[in-house]
Amino acid sequence: MSKEAANKEVFLRMTKRDSISKRKAWAIRGIAVVLSLILCALIIVALTNDNPFQVYLGIIDGAVGRKRRFWVTVRETMVLLIIAVGLTPAFKMRFWNIGAEGQILMGGTATAAMMIYFGNAMPNWLLLLVIFIVSSLAGMLWGLLPAVFKAYYNTNETLFTLMLNYVAMQIVTFCIVFWENPAGSNTVGIINGATRKGWFRNIFGQQYVLNVIIVLIMTLAVYLYMKHSKQGYEIAVVGESQNTAKYAGINVKKVIIRTMMISGGICGLAGSIIVSGASHTISTSTAGGRGFTAIIVAWMSKFNPVAMLLVSAFLVFMQQGSIQIASQYGLNENASDIITGILLFFLIGCEFFINYKVEFRKSKKEVQ
Amino acid sequence: MEQINAIELKNVTKRFGEVIANDSVNFSVRKGEILSVLGENGSGKTTLMNMLSGIYFPDEGQIFINGNEVMIRSPKDSFALGIGMIHQHFKLIDILTAAENIILGLQGSKTLKMNQVHEEINKLTAEYGFDLNPSQKIYNMSVSQKQTVEIVKVLYRGADILILDEPTAVLTPQETKKLFDVLRNMKKAGKSIIIITHKLNEVLELSDRVTVLRKGKYIGTVNTAEATADSLTEMMVGEKVKLDIDRTEPSNTEKRIEMRGITCRNREGLKVLKEASFQAYSGEILGIAGIAGSGQKELLEAIAGLQTIESGEILYYAPDGSTNKISDMKATDIRELKIHLSFVPEDRLGMGLVGSMDLTDNMMLRSYKEGKHFFVDRKKPKNLANSIVEKLDVITPGVDTPVRHLSGGNVQKVLVGREIASNPTVLMVAYPVRGLDINSSYTIYNLLNEQKEKGVAVICVGEDLDVLLDLCDRILVLNSGRVAGVLDARKTTKEEIGLMMTSDRKGAHKHEQRSGK
Repeated sequence: MSKEAANKEVFLRMTKRDSISKRKAWAIRGIAVVLSLILCALIIVALTNDNPFQVYLGIIDGAVGRKRRFWVTVRETMVLLIIAVGLTPAFKMRFWNIGAEGQILMGGTATAAMMIYFGNAMPNWLLLLVIFIVSSLAGMLWGLLPAVFKAYYNTNETLFTLMLNYVAMQIVTFCIVFWENPAGSNTVGIINGATRKGWFRNIFGQQYVLNVIIVLIMTLAVYLYMKHSKQGYEIAVVGESQNTAKYAGINVKKVIIRTMMISGGICGLAGSIIVSGASHTISTSTAGGRGFTAIIVAWMSKFNPVAMLLVSAFLVFMQQGSIQIASQYGLNENASDIITGILLFFLIGCEFFINYKVEFRKSKKEVQ
Repeated sequence: MEQINAIELKNVTKRFGEVIANDSVNFSVRKGEILSVLGENGSGKTTLMNMLSGIYFPDEGQIFINGNEVMIRSPKDSFALGIGMIHQHFKLIDILTAAENIILGLQGSKTLKMNQVHEEINKLTAEYGFDLNPSQKIYNMSVSQKQTVEIVKVLYRGADILILDEPTAVLTPQETKKLFDVLRNMKKAGKSIIIITHKLNEVLELSDRVTVLRKGKYIGTVNTAEATADSLTEMMVGEKVKLDIDRTEPSNTEKRIEMRGITCRNREGLKVLKEASFQAYSGEILGIAGIAGSGQKELLEAIAGLQTIESGEILYYAPDGSTNKISDMKATDIRELKIHLSFVPEDRLGMGLVGSMDLTDNMMLRSYKEGKHFFVDRKKPKNLANSIVEKLDVITPGVDTPVRHLSGGNVQKVLVGREIASNPTVLMVAYPVRGLDINSSYTIYNLLNEQKEKGVAVICVGEDLDVLLDLCDRILVLNSGRVAGVLDARKTTKEEIGLMMTSDRKGAHKHEQRSGK
């Protein structure tokens, strides 16, 4: 190689950071949010020629502007949060459960079945209790299947859980045939619209307080379970290294199966919260991609429950707001997906700058 | 200085975050000399060499090759300057032949004439006294043969400066001798050779000069002829260290573990232990020697209940006189029988400890199940962590630091500390001082000796035969899964063990067959 080439400088380098102060890390995240909002604004201007500030005000208005809108945002936040909470044990175990969608659908289907068939058979509080148990069991079954195959045959859980999502969708489609209302509509419609059997009841005069209570209790329970129980400790060890787990005398198969039952069970319960506590109907889009969004929530928060709450709230806020501006400014409803996508891109991308440092080199003078 | 240095570094500094790996190091290699770079782990030897081979780029300072200042940005640049590095972990493709690996990545002419390449390689190997068959596949080779391929590879590319990173770590005494002969031949041919090592006797035997690094700083360069093992250690460590291991006579020996004809297979279905039988006694240290991968790991794991055993049995004789057959038990069952079997595995962070967990959580890895409570009790493990930190001088910011942030020596102290804390009757350790500096190594040796004096049956897998000879009472030699023999450590020699380790070895055997054709 020529000497000239050997004298060229490295211009840009990336080095791994050893540590970063919390304040600096949050500053980087803050900058990422600001940059993403600027980029969103540019896109909005390019598409609509509207004032981006107006559009952002529209987002805020759409998410929390009215009491009703505020409570919908809360409700959706809670749904996203409990799914993320449900995924936490599985992901801590490094079990790539991307089947939350299916687990939610199974829980939702079980809930709808209970509402339809037992709506008049028992008092509402008992019906709700049965719904919680049965929906959890349904989700548990959907978590158990891939876990058993993983534990005994070491099958790939990613594909398995993903495929089960489609199976769950087909089951819903199948059930709609029986539950169709009105006939010929190919939808289930509002279940027990008149009797409100199996619906969450108002607490303090608010419709969604029960959702909040259940989700927060589950969040706290899972936090304590992961952090302070022996089983939670086992999950962490298995996730880090199965070799270590065997060395420590942990029954890895048992832990995998048990953990996925818990994970699937909570996602199933999330299904009941969606059906009983919000939509009061069931369709193939009941989960609505939230089983996937929750994966992002869980990982971005590094499984910290407070962070999960904040991230869920932020994402739902943007989503609800975007739905509002989409109708207000005549944008396609996919506009909200674009904005959420840009936000996530920046938020996840900025983690790189938290872990790595980029250095620029000034060209050095020749010494010879 | 009249003569031009092959390599000269001036004030080279390299930082990783807050850690200064090399702190303005000055260093030179003359043409046609063998220079040893000596230093403890973490002293910056490898970082320095990686800057010469283009893997890292220095933050400050200048590098001169043959008197000209150069900028080495990538391994390609390094090659172009005639620097060849032989890494500790070989970078070879198993299914290709030696010759194919050697020419891999070279431009060459348009048509590939393999015969010509073979000829060139043979010429090169004859010149320096290598023993290499260019058409042998890598997967059929022994470790030392693979190393030969790596060295010939850089020579074939015309390197004048060779850097070898701990080349003897994986070699038997006989193979080491052969390597040194070759290196001396290369020196005679005018090549400059840098050897990174921490084995003092090799430094003294082979090199012309020794450069010592300590904690990233350049300490000095001395002529080997004027140095002694003691003086070099003092330069390396900064203080005088006693290099003797106190070995007491075994007392109160009782049979603890008896292995009878154990056969194990690995995942690929190959037999890794072949009818291995031996006894381990309380109050003695039984060393296990063998070439890497001769079944050492499986031997210990079979006892610990972590291996599927195909045939044979393992018996445990408890101090109270009862006997248990532990060969058909899992690790959990053994624990439930209250058999205190401690095991320090070779893979510390991948098996013995959980890297992302803090000291406290790692303390309870083997004991968290105690008690019927649903929640874990972190008080006792925390106290244990604190007492280990204090007793063994573990350097850590606190007991809530993830163990993977600790240095290798401190990680090992945590692991050994935990295993000893359970008052074992049998203590098994695999490569207990691998990657540790001199001071930490001697701390570990002393701990093992302490356990032996307490009447524990200690089984120690080691790679440094000098240490095994000084530390152990008996040495069991493994040779490709078979027990080749058990020797009295006080009477045997390194050469005897080396021969038992290698005689009739698969790789060597095949090689001879082929070259005989």
